[in-house]
Amino acid sequence: MAKKKTTIIPVGPYHPLQEEPEFFKLYVEGEKVVGLDIELGYNHRGVEKLSEGKDYEETIFLVERVCGICSTSHPMACVQAVEEAGEIVVPERALYIRSLVGELERIHSHLLWLGLAGHFLGFNTVWMWAWRYREEVLNICERVTGNRNHYGMLKPGGVRRDIPPAELAGIREMIDALDQPLNMFMNTIGDDPLIQARTKGIGILTADQIRKFGALGPTARASGVDIDVRRDHPHAAYGLVQWNVILESNGDIFDKIMVRIREMFESIRIIRQCLSALQTVLGPIDANPKEVKAGEGIGHYEAPRGEVFHYIRSDGSNRPVRHKIRAPSYMNVPTNQEAVIGETIADATIILAAVDPCYCCTERMAAVVDPETDHVVIAGKQLMRLAHEKTERLKTELGHVGPDLKWDG
Amino acid sequence: MSGAADNHGDETVRQIKSALGERVLDFQQRSPKRIYLEVDAQNITETAAVMSDELRGRLQTASAVDGPQKIEILYHWAFDSIGLVVSVRTRIDREQPEIASITTICPSAHWIEREMWELMGITFAGHPDMRHLLLLDDWPDGKYPLRRDYRKD
Repeated sequence: MAKKKTTIIPVGPYHPLQEEPEFFKLYVEGEKVVGLDIELGYNHRGVEKLSEGKDYEETIFLVERVCGICSTSHPMACVQAVEEAGEIVVPERALYIRSLVGELERIHSHLLWLGLAGHFLGFNTVWMWAWRYREEVLNICERVTGNRNHYGMLKPGGVRRDIPPAELAGIREMIDALDQPLNMFMNTIGDDPLIQARTKGIGILTADQIRKFGALGPTARASGVDIDVRRDHPHAAYGLVQWNVILESNGDIFDKIMVRIREMFESIRIIRQCLSALQTVLGPIDANPKEVKAGEGIGHYEAPRGEVFHYIRSDGSNRPVRHKIRAPSYMNVPTNQEAVIGETIADATIILAAVDPCYCCTERMAAVVDPETDHVVIAGKQLMRLAHEKTERLKTELGHVGPDLKWDG
Repeated sequence: MSGAADNHGDETVRQIKSALGERVLDFQQRSPKRIYLEVDAQNITETAAVMSDELRGRLQTASAVDGPQKIEILYHWAFDSIGLVVSVRTRIDREQPEIASITTICPSAHWIEREMWELMGITFAGHPDMRHLLLLDDWPDGKYPLRRDYRKD
């Protein structure tokens, strides 16, 4: 990869912007990026090994802590794997509660990414506004589950906590209040010439590249690859409600932004239908399985970043013999090796962040200490400065100051 | 809708059976959306080519399970348009755990095979870039954390 006259710009091992431990080595010739090497493993925790020593109920709490953002996605895949291995049937009411929490998580995760994307591009207003409304979503999460994050809602056989009928109207009001801000993001960000100048035609991934890397989620759908585990392999309540898979076609950063914004509207649709169903679908929320039979099971779920995959092997005891976890970023991060080639260093910041990488998900396995402390590391400020300078330059060229985020509400 | 999907599912099952033929040692359809089949380790690249190139399956991941004599590897293939997951099982000798790499057919297997090598100690013949992915570069040789007999020193 490294040829003559190339310079290596190390970004990491502690990523200066995403504030997570990974290491990108950018190979550059002048301003152009000609290669990328990705090093992982700075934060292994041994989750797969740990899981072999925990019983099935504890395992769910463990995988909930694989990632702070996808704290329902991993349990959702895990309980399905256990339920398949143990042939456990989940009550219908629990299915609706699972989808409700899953979609709340998707909205707050997409808003988190939207804010970060704005920050990486030099639009700090987008960052502030996206995170301001993310707080509202976290408040709904707290009302539904008792926690802003790490909800502890799922268990093999159902959910741990019911939503009392008296709560439903209040939750619906909070959901309704999200319409206006989401429309504001859709209109102002989608129409802004400066954001379009910074993101259109940048970091393109073609459908063939997506297939080659096995990339998933919004990254794949922005390139027109029509996959979504919620529709393709129905689970929870996704087969019982009406919603659409969001597709774009160009595979650039702009389309990745639009896929995520439009997906939040679909999540709201799903949540509303779940709330209606919870008024009429009554009954138990937990099948209370007493044992998990010997066998094996697969569970997969469309996390905000793409398919999360769990495989569980049971020998009939109360703990798994083998538990394999594969997070979506594991498949998405390698696409950076092609998306970033030929682009400038100023654009590398947003391209490397466009797949919404989640390093703590990708690394799950053993405790290691970083041995390479003598690396020259490009500082967050330098990368940010390059990205912001490009935005400032475009501002002058376009005579436009950036997205006008205002909403009197 | 579901009826049509079932028909497509049956069609894919028929295609898998006819393309792999005698190479399928064991075939279990545990539900309309889950198939587990076993092939000999020698046939793994041909099987991967059938799954990926002929039938347009998506490699979800591969995982290894350590056993007393054999190490089992499961390659999970998703057929998203019909909601089917086919898990291809193969068993290799625990004393000489070697199998052909499928990276030429499926570039997405790059990291997956590197991970299985360092954690389970499986050698992937023909992998173009075999080095540590998750563990340290100076991790001791012959110590594989996900093996049953692994002990922390």
